[in-house]
Amino acid sequence: MSTTDGAPHTPDFPSDRLSRVSTSVQIDAGTQGKPKRATPREVWRDMPVLVKIAATWLVFIVGLAIYAKLDTSVFDGKLPLQDPNLQTNNFNAATGEFGTGEPIEGPSADHWLGTDAIARDTFARIAHGAWVSLIVATVAAAFGIIVGGLMGSLVGFVRGKTETFIMSMIDVILAFPALILLLALVSILEVRSLALISVVIGFLSIPAYTRVARANSLAISNREFVMAARSIGTLPRKILFREIIPNVLPTLLAYAMVASAFVIVVEGSLSFLGLSVALPQSTWGNMINQARGDIKVDIWQVVWPSAALSMTVLSLNQVGDWFQKRSAVRGSAL
Amino acid sequence: MRKVIITRLLRLVGTLFAVTFLTFSLTSFLPGDPVDAILGVQSTRDPVVVAQIRDDLGLDDPFLVRYVDWLGDALTGDLGQSYITDQEISQTIKDRLPVTAQLAVMAIAIALILAIPIGIIGAYKQSRWPDTVTSAGVQFALSVPNFITGIFLIWLFSVQLKWLPSSNWNRISDKGLAENLKTSIMPATALAMTQMAIFSRLIRSDMIATLQENYILAARSKGLNDRYILFRHALRPSSLSLMTIVGINFGALLGGTVVIETLFAVPGLGFRLINAISQRDILVIQGITVFIATMYVLINTVVDLLYTVIDPRIRKG
Repeated sequence: MSTTDGAPHTPDFPSDRLSRVSTSVQIDAGTQGKPKRATPREVWRDMPVLVKIAATWLVFIVGLAIYAKLDTSVFDGKLPLQDPNLQTNNFNAATGEFGTGEPIEGPSADHWLGTDAIARDTFARIAHGAWVSLIVATVAAAFGIIVGGLMGSLVGFVRGKTETFIMSMIDVILAFPALILLLALVSILEVRSLALISVVIGFLSIPAYTRVARANSLAISNREFVMAARSIGTLPRKILFREIIPNVLPTLLAYAMVASAFVIVVEGSLSFLGLSVALPQSTWGNMINQARGDIKVDIWQVVWPSAALSMTVLSLNQVGDWFQKRSAVRGSAL
Repeated sequence: MRKVIITRLLRLVGTLFAVTFLTFSLTSFLPGDPVDAILGVQSTRDPVVVAQIRDDLGLDDPFLVRYVDWLGDALTGDLGQSYITDQEISQTIKDRLPVTAQLAVMAIAIALILAIPIGIIGAYKQSRWPDTVTSAGVQFALSVPNFITGIFLIWLFSVQLKWLPSSNWNRISDKGLAENLKTSIMPATALAMTQMAIFSRLIRSDMIATLQENYILAARSKGLNDRYILFRHALRPSSLSLMTIVGINFGALLGGTVVIETLFAVPGLGFRLINAISQRDILVIQGITVFIATMYVLINTVVDLLYTVIDPRIRKG
């Protein structure tokens, strides 16, 4: 630039036409070129009926989980939800009477989904179990998107030795069957708190996200707009954060839905084996495990937590698949 | 071709080193003294026993020395012995692997028997009601965890109908095939449902693509009937990707039977692993984990190589 500044003659080409062209391109880029971000209402309108039902169920479960947690941690059990750990037929020292609850009851106005083998309210236990699933899934997705997404986007963009090194580490972790590695890790934990279990599952979620992010980052790095950015001398760091990552993110978010479904099943299996969050905290998996001993008497106490778990997984798969298809279409139109 | 195989084998060796190292370091970084974990919280301790354990585990050696020692032993089939049951771990694996392998094979077989017709119907009647119904069923099967399927199978066939025992395992060698099937059919079916969903989704999407090909049109114009075309012309190209996923899932099932084995009290590798975890029997956890991971890696490599050998497009490349 500085060399042309001092030049006595400006080159003799039709500068006015050139400038007009360039401004019109800029106007285009400002108004139509940018992909429009869909509002939540538009997203909702586009959903097929089944996906709408699935999304509604997910919102309901998340709401229920947060409500249950607020009840015990903020409102000290004063919100209208029963105590998940109260054995309603127990002797109450304060009143000097036994509770009126019965073990393994059917649904009633007091206990919407009945009671379990030691007369605890099943609905409240499912609500508190939802909190465990929600936290585990959220932490795993956060680990995956932040660590795995960043790492994958980076190595897909810079390639070279960094890529070889990081991807071979990823391959080693993926060389284990997922549940076996998780069991080995969990077996060395001394305290099985929700936080620790979430972190372990979160850590194990990173490799899969890294793979997805890398594949997308590779494809995007070869696109015209990245080449354009490179050719005008944009800093690589800036390309990574302004061009690559924003384009990897939608795919990664859609993947996170499907991955969360898997994480919830894995946590459920772990709880079922009695190796997840310690009792008396209810989880869907440990509720199923506790109720399975009584299936000769009553199957419903197995049905409720199983239905909650399966419907959540089914819904996450449905919504995730739908978002994946949607972002694939948008990606190809870019 | 040769180069592909050699690189793949080199990578295999590298991965196996990494996998064994990772497993070894996991159980070596157990919080606290391993001797505590092994002896539990005993008040009186025989110093001779403690010294014996320390020596057995080589706890006074540096970490890398311990790893190399352990790996050398493992390569000769010596994984040490359980401190709780005193049984050789390699013997435990030898006893229990056939059970787990039988479950995995049965699960894959049941899954394939169901998945092939379901996948074909889905592709052939794409977007019409048979496809809608089977796809919904497949989605459902994919979303219900196998232990839930297992419990409902027990409820139906053991509690309500009283046809099958709800747990235990009869070995073919002890009681014959019929008795064995009574105990193995439910756990295998529970495992098969998820696999069925995965396989039939793959067959369906693969075949939808295949049915667009010109050679299908040519076969149709020759007047061949639809069933012949579907099974003889359209299914064949899908068999490659199907074989790959069957292989990988078989490897994964060797470790994935843990929950179902626990539910049905099947004396396989997974059930033993869970027992070992609850007893903190470290060497058994280590041995079984390493064994399952190694099998998994080996099977994946074999599948990969077979794929290279069979598919002419990759072979030439």
